[in-house]
Amino acid sequence: MNDTAAVPAKLTGLLEAFDGVTDTEERMSMLASYAGRYREVPPSVAHRPYPEEARVPFCESEAFVWALPGPGGTLTLHFAVENPSGVSAKALAAILEKTLSGAKAEEIASVNPDIVTRLFRQNISMGKGMGLMGIVQRVRDLANSTLRERSTP
Amino acid sequence: MSAISERKYVHPDVLVSTDWVDQNVKNTGVRLVESNEDTLLYSTGHIPGAVHVDWTNDLNDQVRRDYITKAGFEALMSRCGITPETTVVFYGDKNNWWACYAFWVFQLFGHTRARVMDGGRLKWEKEGKQLTKETPAYPKTTYRARERDDAKIRAFRDDVMKHIGAHKPLVDVRSPEEYTGQRLHMPNYPNEGALRGGHIPGAKNVPWSMAVRTDTGEFKPAEELESIYLAGAGLKPDQDIIAYCRIGERSSLTWFVLTYLMGFANVRNYDGSWTEWGNLVNVPIEK
Repeated sequence: MNDTAAVPAKLTGLLEAFDGVTDTEERMSMLASYAGRYREVPPSVAHRPYPEEARVPFCESEAFVWALPGPGGTLTLHFAVENPSGVSAKALAAILEKTLSGAKAEEIASVNPDIVTRLFRQNISMGKGMGLMGIVQRVRDLANSTLRERSTP
Repeated sequence: MSAISERKYVHPDVLVSTDWVDQNVKNTGVRLVESNEDTLLYSTGHIPGAVHVDWTNDLNDQVRRDYITKAGFEALMSRCGITPETTVVFYGDKNNWWACYAFWVFQLFGHTRARVMDGGRLKWEKEGKQLTKETPAYPKTTYRARERDDAKIRAFRDDVMKHIGAHKPLVDVRSPEEYTGQRLHMPNYPNEGALRGGHIPGAKNVPWSMAVRTDTGEFKPAEELESIYLAGAGLKPDQDIIAYCRIGERSSLTWFVLTYLMGFANVRNYDGSWTEWGNLVNVPIEK
């Protein structure tokens, strides 16, 4: 399977922009800027305490993900990061919301968790990297789940 | 919590309070160093004047699993505007895990003018003290470091094997779930990094968190530490002790507590820790 073939253009463009940033400080600054744009799931979608089924497994930043069906087979994504120190998780959540929310479920399902490496490079520990990949995987699982439901008669 | 001077530590000068830091942010003889698990945290706001030392990029060699060399340390000191006379004050997230880790690495190069801010970021933030996003720029310095000396405070796997053979004390500072092999990482973290679970034979489980107050991040007074490490774990200050965790960050905190707050003379940090021991072929493991 070619995971990058149908990746939403917004995400592809953002990843290419990050690929061009070789300076570590600049990359960190960009990621921190995204963390500042993180928006928590609205109360119309979920209230605290958030349901366990929305929790990203083994993510120390205590991330939660929701995917709501929209028109034309699209999905609207929402995130919550409960650990106040989970800045990297907030940055990733903001990036995923900006680039994937509103895309078709098929496109979202094609996103590879390896994008975490392209975004954060070596500026992340193995454990945290796996937690962040877990967020992407959770988004992908929700998209796949939607696709399965659609195909079920 | 009582003042640091009232907690009866053996080396109380190694700790500074948040108030002391607040009063010394413009002290040219002091350099604040922030070290966090989440390396983006510094960019979102830090103590005015603090520089960022990233444990993954700045302290570790980027090819070998090892720490930076003398030249790397000198370059880091130059970039941070630190001289051998500078008092370096470390602080960070996660109850100062990475602050203690950075402190420990600095000791490999003999920078003894080093302190830890009691309570770390947690206490500073809870007190509503100032944070800034402005990155300071200091004139580069010329720092002549000694060669890295691992012998006194760092243990390698062969040292651990000898330690086991000599029935000397080991302290496993991980969570009880990791110690028993139920998990390969802390609760809520992904299971990664080791093929086998359990602990090094003979190691006593004294989780790092027992040494700090989780609500404020401050270190517990000497009396409480003695009850944990002396009465509870049966350790003695004159023993040759090796502490370990998963990659050496949590055990840096325990090393700091035993060495400075309690005055133990011979404590080494096994930074290979469980990500090495749990992957080694044919080494003994207990569950």
